[in-house]
Amino acid sequence: MSSTTTAAYDDHGHGPEKGLLRWVKTTNHKDIGTLYMWFAFSMLLIGGALAMGIRAELLQPGLQLFEPQFYNQLTTMHGLIMVFGAIMPAFVGLANWLIPMMVGAPDMALPRMNNWSFWILPFAGAILLSTFFMEGGAPAFGWTFYAPLSTTFAPDSTDFFIFAVHLLGFSSIMGAINIIATVLNMKAPEMRLMDMPLFVWTWLITSFLLIGAMPVLAGAVTMMLTDRNFGTAFFDAAGGGDPVMFQHIFWFFGHPEVYIMILPAFGIISHIIPTFARKPLFGYSSMVYATASIAFLSYIVWAHHMFLTGMPVAGELYFMYATMLIAVPTGVKVFNWVATMWKGSMTFETPMLWALAFVFLFTIGGFSGLMLGIAPADIQYHDTYFVVAHFHYVLVTGALWGIIAAVFYWLPKWTGKMYNEPLAKFHFWWALISVNVTFFPQHFLGLAGMPRRIPDYALQFADFNFISSIGAFSFGLSFLLLTYIVVDCIRNGKPADARPWASAKGLEWTLASPIAYHTFDEPPTRAEILAESQHS
Amino acid sequence: MKLLFTLTSAFVALLSSKTVLAEYTLNMTKGVTDISNDIWNLHMMVFWVCVAIGVVVFGAMFYSIIAHRKSKGAKAAHFHESTTVEFLWTGIPILILIAMAIPASKTLIDIEVLDKADMTIKVTGMQWKWQYDYPEEGISFVSNLAQSSRDVIKGTPEEREAVHEEGSYLRSVDKHLVVPVDTTIRFLITSNDVIHNWWVPAFGLKQDANPGFINDAWAKPNEIGTYRGQCAELCGKDHGFMPIVVDVVSKADYAAWVQTQQEEKVAEMESATQVWTEADLVARGEVVYNANCSGCHQKDGTGIPGVFPAMVGSEVTNGPADYQLNLVINGMGGMPAFKMLSDSDLASVITYERRSFGNNGSVVQPSDVTSAR
Repeated sequence: MSSTTTAAYDDHGHGPEKGLLRWVKTTNHKDIGTLYMWFAFSMLLIGGALAMGIRAELLQPGLQLFEPQFYNQLTTMHGLIMVFGAIMPAFVGLANWLIPMMVGAPDMALPRMNNWSFWILPFAGAILLSTFFMEGGAPAFGWTFYAPLSTTFAPDSTDFFIFAVHLLGFSSIMGAINIIATVLNMKAPEMRLMDMPLFVWTWLITSFLLIGAMPVLAGAVTMMLTDRNFGTAFFDAAGGGDPVMFQHIFWFFGHPEVYIMILPAFGIISHIIPTFARKPLFGYSSMVYATASIAFLSYIVWAHHMFLTGMPVAGELYFMYATMLIAVPTGVKVFNWVATMWKGSMTFETPMLWALAFVFLFTIGGFSGLMLGIAPADIQYHDTYFVVAHFHYVLVTGALWGIIAAVFYWLPKWTGKMYNEPLAKFHFWWALISVNVTFFPQHFLGLAGMPRRIPDYALQFADFNFISSIGAFSFGLSFLLLTYIVVDCIRNGKPADARPWASAKGLEWTLASPIAYHTFDEPPTRAEILAESQHS
Repeated sequence: MKLLFTLTSAFVALLSSKTVLAEYTLNMTKGVTDISNDIWNLHMMVFWVCVAIGVVVFGAMFYSIIAHRKSKGAKAAHFHESTTVEFLWTGIPILILIAMAIPASKTLIDIEVLDKADMTIKVTGMQWKWQYDYPEEGISFVSNLAQSSRDVIKGTPEEREAVHEEGSYLRSVDKHLVVPVDTTIRFLITSNDVIHNWWVPAFGLKQDANPGFINDAWAKPNEIGTYRGQCAELCGKDHGFMPIVVDVVSKADYAAWVQTQQEEKVAEMESATQVWTEADLVARGEVVYNANCSGCHQKDGTGIPGVFPAMVGSEVTNGPADYQLNLVINGMGGMPAFKMLSDSDLASVITYERRSFGNNGSVVQPSDVTSAR
């Protein structure tokens, strides 16, 4: 066994520092992964609290709790915090924990940069949240911050928002560079690219999306900054600029961003389903190619967010066709997952429940995505609750579901302890029912004509908003139970086996539980790699 | 527990309010133009395609979940690759997509290509109202959220219900857009400040209003009636309070309406040449203020610190009238230009701002506005 499995190793002088400074100075991929996960989870709770505010205001028609300006701050900050504070850092945290273990590496390739890319985040998050307490309030122009609402007409705190976005961008780009360097340089010499597990593959491809997309976002916010403060007119028609250009730049970042938030989840699901179906992953190579195709297509479809901006008809036709094409590789992935289950020998432990719900609900989000891609129909869907329902199905029951599935699947490996299975199953059903009560009626609201981002609505929308709010409160509460389950596992969990899921394959399961501070001392051999492959 | 009780009783109250319950819809409506019907057909086609694919995929998944479970003694097979299958489930979706793309392209081209319009209306979005111009008829007016809705936003549910009975809560305006039936109308859509979006669901027409650019769109409504919509692009604080109401009327009624509008315009211009009493100016100014200014500067003139300046005790409302005239007519920074209002309206609202809220500025007459323009 090439991994360090003896406790004696801890005396080697390479263990963690004692006390709080361990977390400040750490260059260990597992410590940094843990920091990322807890940061993301706290942001998830903060962003969730803002969502509770939104749903409380929408519980009934009329304005009860908030002024419209503050409501807009809630929706804006909810979106920004969930995207940049919760989902993205959670996936980077998972990458930190898992990639070295999956490729047989001792740590990440660039550990000091790893420390820095994490420690930027709390400051960026604090700057972003501090805008709530500034005169004029937090940014109130939606997470898409379309100019000129975000330039000429925005509160002063927008400059702090711009700075926070820059910091978040630095952090993401450094994380992506680190992952590419780790995967390509640190993987076991005997591991070929097409031996790599899918989580590693999806993250490698995601890293290239990050490196391509984040600088574009940085460009957009820099142009905003100079428009606001230095007299330029990139997005101001009065000075010869074009507000629609902002949307092109934003969505050139924004659409790859959507796949940044979902591709790693695809990888996670591709680990969990084979384990609990007790059958190798169906179509491994087609999964890799489908992921790469989705990543490529994600760069050439951005203007499907902009069908109503006054694009020429040829542009609309092109973006419609390109968008519809994404359904093909995405479909291949879903078909492969179903084929993996087919004639398996399935059991339904908590990670599998989350993974199955992911396949079902993400596909529903995919269907509404296909509908939105049909440009003429998008005229009626655009900027309504149909869109809100769509992206919450792909981001909550897609991306977030993938993250939660991963937490339950690898928690025994991370902590060396087992969580409370019956309680975790109860929590799953609670979250599953309430998330659908929250978001499914929003399809109806959108089709009936309720626009998004409004604090008050005409009375024909009252019933479904009420139902959606009730679902949201229940869904929000379920996260308190999730917190309890995780903390209870860390504190009181029963010791878990090195391979808690009997049929799980992957190099990470060859390591002892709890895992030693340094991951792989010696790279795994070819025989070990093949024995732990999920697809042979 | 108390919260649960409150929610339950609110839920029961909601279900028992018949008027509202009778109105909710699950699906998109067909609308009253050929285009909106085409869109509806496309929507339904794609929907049923998705349902069919869903039945097949989820059917296989749930069959597997039920039949191939370990607890039923299922033994795992070991197949994990099939080029044929991969080829099939790449190829078949492509064929389905092509079948969907053909009618979608046809409808899209119908929407985007218009040979000849019978009339033109210019739609200008501004925070948070719509201005409508009929260039050929010389008609121009601003359409605001109806005061009856505005008054009950923070009112009781019963008050909102009452407003809803009379027309629509939040989807009522002070001046309706009026268009003739069976007429091809070209809409030229633009904005004075941020991006808005002019959306009338029944027309299948939703188009961004971009500042500094003009987008065009068209509709040919087939049925007489009143159709309601609202702004569909986040445009700031009162984005949710920027409704659109269109009356589609017979051609004869439309001609009569045009004539009335033109006569009113003449009367309005006449009134601007008169000298008004302060009381008249303030009375009319209050109406104009509540419709156009209170969204930002607040009904009581206190503004929102750091965002929208207060009227109360302001240097502008208590200082020289010329400065305020220029500010209101031409705008400045986040403050939009209000030159579309008539001289009498502007004189009234400026006088109201200068003489109310405890302010002590001078009275402004319509003739002052005329010379300030």
